[in-house]
Amino acid sequence: MNREGILVLEDGYTVEGRVFGFPKAASGEVVFNTGMVGYPETLTDPSYQGQILVLTYPLIGNYGVPAVAQSNGLNHEFESDRIQVSGLIISTLAVQYHHWKASRSLDQWLFEAGVVGIYGVDTRALTKYLRSHGSLLGKIVVDGVDVGFSDPNKEDLVRQVTVAEPILYGTGAPRIVLVDCGCKRSILTNLVNRGVTVLRVSYDYDFEGEDFDGVVISNGPGDPKMCDTTITHIRKLMQKQAPLLGICLGSQILALAAGGNTYKLKFGHRGQNQPCVEIGTDRCYVTSQNHGYAVDVESLPGAWEAWFVNANDGTNEGIRHRDLPFRGVQFHPEAAPGPVDTNFIFDDFLRMVHAS
Amino acid sequence: MPPRFEKVLVLGSGALKIGEAGEFDYSGSQAVKALKDLGIRTILVNPNIATIQTSDYLADEVYLLPVSPYFVEQVIQKEKPNGIFLGFGGQTALNCGLALDQAGVFERYDVQVLGTSIQAIRETEDRDLFVRKLTEIGIRVPRSIATTALEDAIRAAHTIGYPVMLRSGYALGGLGSGLCTNDEELQQRVSRSLAHSPQVLVEEYLTGWKEIEYEVVRDRFDNCVTVCNMENFDPMGIHTGESIVVAPSQTLSNDEYHQLRSISIKVVRHLGIVGECNIQFALHPSSDDYRVIEVNARLSRSSALASKATGYPLASVAAKLGLGSSLVEMRNSVTASTSACFEPALDYVVVKAPRWDLQKFRLVSKRLGSGMKSVGEVMAIGRSFEEAFQRPCVCWILEFRASWEMRGSFNFEISNPSYAIHRMSESLPYQKLSNTVIQSSGSMSSPISTYGFYRESNTS
Repeated sequence: MNREGILVLEDGYTVEGRVFGFPKAASGEVVFNTGMVGYPETLTDPSYQGQILVLTYPLIGNYGVPAVAQSNGLNHEFESDRIQVSGLIISTLAVQYHHWKASRSLDQWLFEAGVVGIYGVDTRALTKYLRSHGSLLGKIVVDGVDVGFSDPNKEDLVRQVTVAEPILYGTGAPRIVLVDCGCKRSILTNLVNRGVTVLRVSYDYDFEGEDFDGVVISNGPGDPKMCDTTITHIRKLMQKQAPLLGICLGSQILALAAGGNTYKLKFGHRGQNQPCVEIGTDRCYVTSQNHGYAVDVESLPGAWEAWFVNANDGTNEGIRHRDLPFRGVQFHPEAAPGPVDTNFIFDDFLRMVHAS
Repeated sequence: MPPRFEKVLVLGSGALKIGEAGEFDYSGSQAVKALKDLGIRTILVNPNIATIQTSDYLADEVYLLPVSPYFVEQVIQKEKPNGIFLGFGGQTALNCGLALDQAGVFERYDVQVLGTSIQAIRETEDRDLFVRKLTEIGIRVPRSIATTALEDAIRAAHTIGYPVMLRSGYALGGLGSGLCTNDEELQQRVSRSLAHSPQVLVEEYLTGWKEIEYEVVRDRFDNCVTVCNMENFDPMGIHTGESIVVAPSQTLSNDEYHQLRSISIKVVRHLGIVGECNIQFALHPSSDDYRVIEVNARLSRSSALASKATGYPLASVAAKLGLGSSLVEMRNSVTASTSACFEPALDYVVVKAPRWDLQKFRLVSKRLGSGMKSVGEVMAIGRSFEEAFQRPCVCWILEFRASWEMRGSFNFEISNPSYAIHRMSESLPYQKLSNTVIQSSGSMSSPISTYGFYRESNTS
């Protein structure tokens, strides 16, 4: 636990700390998350694939890591079946943990998963640096063992996190196809718990001949423009006027399929306290978010409109078609981790599916 | 647009008892400032000259009169305000408001109660109404029976089964409440409580459950945020004022944190709170089971802590919401550019610890309970629990030294975590600990220094 670890950013900025978890070198895009709870959920969120994550909350590991508990093929405590981040940077590591659900420490969990972590870092200073310079590439150097920088946004990350073969969950009508671009478990449970059948398919699934009532496009890692195949398939679905709901990356894919554009944010939104205003109403929702790219509303064709806007920086948080049942939200209505205030998005979508 | 208010009356907390109502000066002052910002003529009733809010540069008109229905009615008669705020003067102001409403004073002089309605206040204050209201939406509350006579209380205790918790209705600082394990103890406590309060409550005793609080803000458009959550170091059974409190919670997982958060919002919406409110939970330490202990439809001790801990000006926001503003249009006063409709994400830990002065009293019991004995509080901010916790330790050691020098002997009875730590801190070598603290105090930076510390924490 006492090996020295160094985080090196592409512009030469370095921070030192002590290594925990699995001692190995790693590289990725360095991003920060401001959530105060939910590290087991955050670390297993497939949208973090290829990223080195900095947590701004200083005490991590207090309540340990829960045991794996499954029912209906779905994992209860985690958002996927493995840790997705390439490295974790924190301030203070709780060596002793306590919780009635905990089965191991954060350190043990990372070690077993072969993921490296650094603790003892001034994460506030590091976050301020990232905020002013934007997200940067970085690498973790352990005991002098070095690796090169690698830009995850140039890789086909979605292919690494998508499901291989279609899986069927739940029973009942309607039948929803979930396009898995790196789907969080909670999106699935939110749908299944509403009594629908969900067919979870890979990101390049061809809908030809498939029978369904609506399609959900999941969250996922990286640049939406890398998802060519998915965009082409969604464009076909739009011609058929099938009800569509995009979440996070899914919303960006919708925008691209509709002919709009997306762009990279300076340091992204990653946390559990992003206020989103529903346009045309007085309602504001506190949302859970994890995205580095955003939809450029100006670029959308006239039949589309902005649905939600971020009350802090005015960036787009949701889009919808004026007449057809196509909707996308940039935040995570399934939360996990984070506030569940926008759960109603799933109800709205299913209402839309029933109506069409 | 909400109706425009030209003249608004704010009720202060009245005479301060040491350690019991100092935080209300803080919230009252913030509210008066917020009203002045909006260009509203502000009238204040508060007899306490030792408060900031009665300073001549704050309210437009200050009446140094008792916060009682008789005097407040006279002020209303003379000043004829359009609106009145009841939530900034603690329990005293709230009770006074309820009495004035009952007597029909607000109706007679056409004064609108701003913020949370009288009806909602009554539903949070009257235990029977409260339980009924929460049960309506399937929220779990402790099993509780309200009684007004000793015989009924004993019967209630037998129904629930000993041990039971006794609380008095409409009471400040947990006055007269406590644990009863048999008929004899119950008899003693009930007779004492009924002397102060018309109603006593016999409740299910939730020993050892985690005690968690949320501060919730709601506007009239139904936007709701939880500004801060706090975890009590001392579990259920110890008054919050006697307990070490940590913000944010340290032992809750994502599911627990957001389960309680969702319940808070559900409750606040159902009650129809407008402005700020505090909600207290008991959470079972090894299951998902919970109870809603109480809702304070006003600024409270915990609100003052939450406000200072997060930098979110709860009282100021609550005042503006009471006048009809929306959370979305209001700006976050810390960043000045982002919306007030957000939940602060802390990257530090806040510890509040009580200070006692029991050494001055010869025969007082050193046992902590559901009544409040502390005389003040210390708040500290650190990047870890240990760092933040050093400050109260230093305060306790200083107190110990003073009392040691005064009397030369000490005798303690340890029965509760906070007090045990207080005691332990005394046995630490003073010089050593204070050196560490002095060395590390450079990093104890407070991002919210403008809000200052609690008034009573002047030892540090």
